[in-house]
Amino acid sequence: MIPAAFDYLVPSTVDEAVRLLADAGEEAKIIAGGQSLIPVLRLRLADPGKLIDLGRIPELRGIRDDGDAIVIGAMTTHYDVQRDPLVHDHASLLRLATDTVADPQVRHQGTLGGAVVHADPAGDLLAPVLALDAELVVCGMDGRRSVAAKDFFVDYFTTALRPEEILVEVRIPKHTGWGAHYEKFNRVAQAWSIVAVAATVRAENGVITDARVALTNMSSIPVRAHAVEAALIGGPASPGAITSAAAHAAEGTRPTSDTNADSTYRQHLARVLTSRALTAAVGA
Amino acid sequence: MTTTAEPEVGRARLRKEDARLVTGRTRWTDNLTLPGLLHLAFLRSPVAHARITAVDTEEARRMPGVIAVFTGRDLAAAQGSLPCAWPITPDQKAPPAPPLAVDQVNFAGEAVAVVVARGAAQAQDALVGIDVTYADLPVVLDLASAAADSDLVHPDLGTNRSARWVFDSAEAGTGGDVDAAIGAAEVLIERTYRQQRLIPAFMEPRSVVVDPTGEQLTMWSATQIPHILRLMLALTTGTPEHKVRVIAPDVGGGFGGKLQVTPEEVVAMVVAQRIGKPVKWTETRSESLLSAHHGRDQLQKLTLAARRDGTVTGLKVELLADMGAYLRLVTPGVPILGAFMFNAIYKFPAYRFECTNVFTTKVPTDAYRGAGRPEATYAIERLMDELAVELGRDPIEVREQNWIKHDEFPFTTVAGLEYDSGNYEAATARAKELLGYDALRAEQRERRARGDVVQLGIGTSTFTEMCGLAPSRVLGALSYGAGGWEHAQIRMLPSGKVEVVTGSSAHGQGHETAWSQIVADQLGVPFEDVEVLHGDTQISPRGLDTYGSRSLTVGGMAVLKAGEKVIKKARRVAAHLMECAEDDLEFAGGRFTVRGTERSTGITDVALAVFAAHDLPDGVEPTLDSEATFDPDNFSFPHGTHLCAVEVDTETGFTRIRKYACVDDVGKVVNPIIVEGQVHGGLAQGIAQALYEEAIHDESGTLTTGTLADYLVPSAADLPHFDTDRTETPSTTNQLGAKGVGEAGTIASTPAVVNAIVDAVRHLGVNDVEMPCTPYRVWAAINGANPSTPSTTPAPGGGLGSVTPTEPTGGTA
Repeated sequence: MIPAAFDYLVPSTVDEAVRLLADAGEEAKIIAGGQSLIPVLRLRLADPGKLIDLGRIPELRGIRDDGDAIVIGAMTTHYDVQRDPLVHDHASLLRLATDTVADPQVRHQGTLGGAVVHADPAGDLLAPVLALDAELVVCGMDGRRSVAAKDFFVDYFTTALRPEEILVEVRIPKHTGWGAHYEKFNRVAQAWSIVAVAATVRAENGVITDARVALTNMSSIPVRAHAVEAALIGGPASPGAITSAAAHAAEGTRPTSDTNADSTYRQHLARVLTSRALTAAVGA
Repeated sequence: MTTTAEPEVGRARLRKEDARLVTGRTRWTDNLTLPGLLHLAFLRSPVAHARITAVDTEEARRMPGVIAVFTGRDLAAAQGSLPCAWPITPDQKAPPAPPLAVDQVNFAGEAVAVVVARGAAQAQDALVGIDVTYADLPVVLDLASAAADSDLVHPDLGTNRSARWVFDSAEAGTGGDVDAAIGAAEVLIERTYRQQRLIPAFMEPRSVVVDPTGEQLTMWSATQIPHILRLMLALTTGTPEHKVRVIAPDVGGGFGGKLQVTPEEVVAMVVAQRIGKPVKWTETRSESLLSAHHGRDQLQKLTLAARRDGTVTGLKVELLADMGAYLRLVTPGVPILGAFMFNAIYKFPAYRFECTNVFTTKVPTDAYRGAGRPEATYAIERLMDELAVELGRDPIEVREQNWIKHDEFPFTTVAGLEYDSGNYEAATARAKELLGYDALRAEQRERRARGDVVQLGIGTSTFTEMCGLAPSRVLGALSYGAGGWEHAQIRMLPSGKVEVVTGSSAHGQGHETAWSQIVADQLGVPFEDVEVLHGDTQISPRGLDTYGSRSLTVGGMAVLKAGEKVIKKARRVAAHLMECAEDDLEFAGGRFTVRGTERSTGITDVALAVFAAHDLPDGVEPTLDSEATFDPDNFSFPHGTHLCAVEVDTETGFTRIRKYACVDDVGKVVNPIIVEGQVHGGLAQGIAQALYEEAIHDESGTLTTGTLADYLVPSAADLPHFDTDRTETPSTTNQLGAKGVGEAGTIASTPAVVNAIVDAVRHLGVNDVEMPCTPYRVWAAINGANPSTPSTTPAPGGGLGSVTPTEPTGGTA
């Protein structure tokens, strides 16, 4: 299908992008990799008068070491995230989740920042960002501010980003040496998660010293399974301990019903998949 | 000199059409551009059932680039009613089917107005400028309550029941009385199975271009049926048949979905005539899912009677078949194509089939790969597994006890068909070997004993189908509106090259390659010297097109018959040129040789001599060109045994196909690569019915699987390696010995997969899982939860899951 007509703006710096966005107001839409927005435009579910393309802003692309954190430019593609040694060493959970995103074509076009701002609760990168306690650095006319991932996701497709702001960086505290696993459950290979579990765990001498677990598509936003984390920390990295911790996975969740699953089944899946994710993360 | 080249038939040639198809260096309908071409966009109803009380097109008319806007009322006199060629009973009820709705819409997605604009984008833009006022009527969605006439789709008909069609072996004299068999049964298996609604989902969207500016109106269309379409356009619109030319250029798949005379084709034609300019329409994917005809959608009530020793004594089938809102080209006949197949490969002594066709406020159903036969095969193959379980026997053993043995052919079935040949024992033995049946059974026992989270199941499916549609007299007896013959012409060019004109209309099947192989062998010319022409009513004037695995067995036979006539004509000329009697000539490897001598002449030399026409026998026309129309005496009956091993994750309900082995007997094979491709594609579609695909409507009648994000078509990543093999029992109903392969994989695979899933979890108390066997449904079956679809509405999350194409609301991205 053919999108409705729009003006296409291509800034070359973040400052220019922010200014264009402020000038355009409500009628503008930011386009990053376009892997979600373009289908929406083609189906005419949205018809923004202006599209501001962040694709030609070099400073938004790339991954750097920043001491106790790694910093991923918002326009870094999934493909680049998958191959990056810093991500591999310090945020392997993000890499493993990125491996499950769609297909190679999409991963060459889609971006981490785009996926985060799109805030589809069935998207695979929100839970890892939440689990890894990432900070989302956003920029508006008044300069930059940092929003914790736990405060960033507000509702379906809705974030704490203000209308005139763009996401510029994702700062991820280093989780060096942590085991990780992203357990995704869907019906066909190229589909959004029905439920998925992002787990990353630090274990020393058979004891779990720290754990982060977040769930995909168990609410209108990604959710942390704090009860699971609490049950794990300080306990043995054993199958029994993992199973009993995973039993808490669905606590406090209110997942939706759709054509693939009802809320009861989703909660059941959350428990099963959490157990599997943790088992893999501990073994990794 | 005799050529000793390897025969072409049977050779695994790469398809000659693939270079242009695979690289896209061809002209699909949407690629065509004509001077002054205008573009169409259709406004479709967002509601399933409503009176149209007002249509205001003023704003749309004033929008940029818009040439005209037409409503159903504007075109009412010219557009006619879409044809249904198969009135299955004399008293069949059918509503008028206007291409553009006039007073009432009867499914969500039905076209209500059309915009003509200079550009495709402008046409699309102008749709928002049309304001339609609808007065809602009650939707009719559930098949059973529709059959009970709870609310009426077409109040003027007085009922939702279009027709009732019965076959009873006692009445037909082909078998016993089924109720007597049921009364005397030692074992009764009673089940109800649902054939979910499917969408053909061909790769190339439908597209049509109409040029009304010549003496003949020309339509290019992405259709399977250029010849039938031409006739139907003439009958529908009143434009004389000889003033209409239809061209099906390269067409990217159909699966029955392009076996149709579509509303859009008729509207494009009528609009082009009205404005006197060429027009084009190409659908979007969502438009295709929403408005092109759907398939399957039956409720099957089944009763199988048997003796304790495993002998089946009778089968009773009571069907409800969902027609959707209208009867399209062969809609009512689809379940009837299954009527003769429920008894499958078995020697059942008594059989009754009863089908009620029912209207609902959904997209019309019609042919979809297999059309009636997958439904029948599913039902009986599920039942045979249930019977085996009831008797505590191996499912293959129970089948063998009941099937027709290889030395019992030809065999007249309880449905009155004469099966010509087959060897079910051989195919089954080979399939078991390919699968590693015994080892997997052992593993299954071991996993059960261990209580493994992942349980193994093995599903069996045997099948046969009636292919080679169809002997014209049989179609006549079934009240179908046409015959089942096919036409071909062979033209010998002066340079020795050959043109083959075929009435078959390939849309992915590889006819250009297969027909070339047949003709190369028959005439003794190189494969490369044969060109196959098709798909244009001006080039191929007669034909009944491609569907129902008919092309090789009927169309290929027509080619062979035309070739025989060419040789006959050439023989007379050759005899004249070599001054001998015709009977003294042998024809082999493209040469006529005087028996017992070295004297010979090639058929291409004869072609040149005929072209020159300097020295021909008296009374001989200077041409070798010949045509033939072949009408088969009988169907052909391919068969096969498919075995599927699945692993079911009992914690999540997820099914993974561990191994799939099938042995098909499609008779004599012209090209093994084409056969293999057909089997693979068929398996993908049949497995998709078992596991993935379902057209879902919400309670308002909106199709909520209106994008490929929600209508799950599996990709290669979701499918296993297929272990395929063949047995080759030639058909005796045609000289080629061929049986047809286009639908085999689709027919056999669905029950094999579902049987495997049920087998994996039967010990957990499961004896059925409704299709598609989603993880949710399998998990629900294991846990005794409600197995119906959790919700008919996609969640807000999941990308495009939030959208319904008819209601462009929502969506923030």
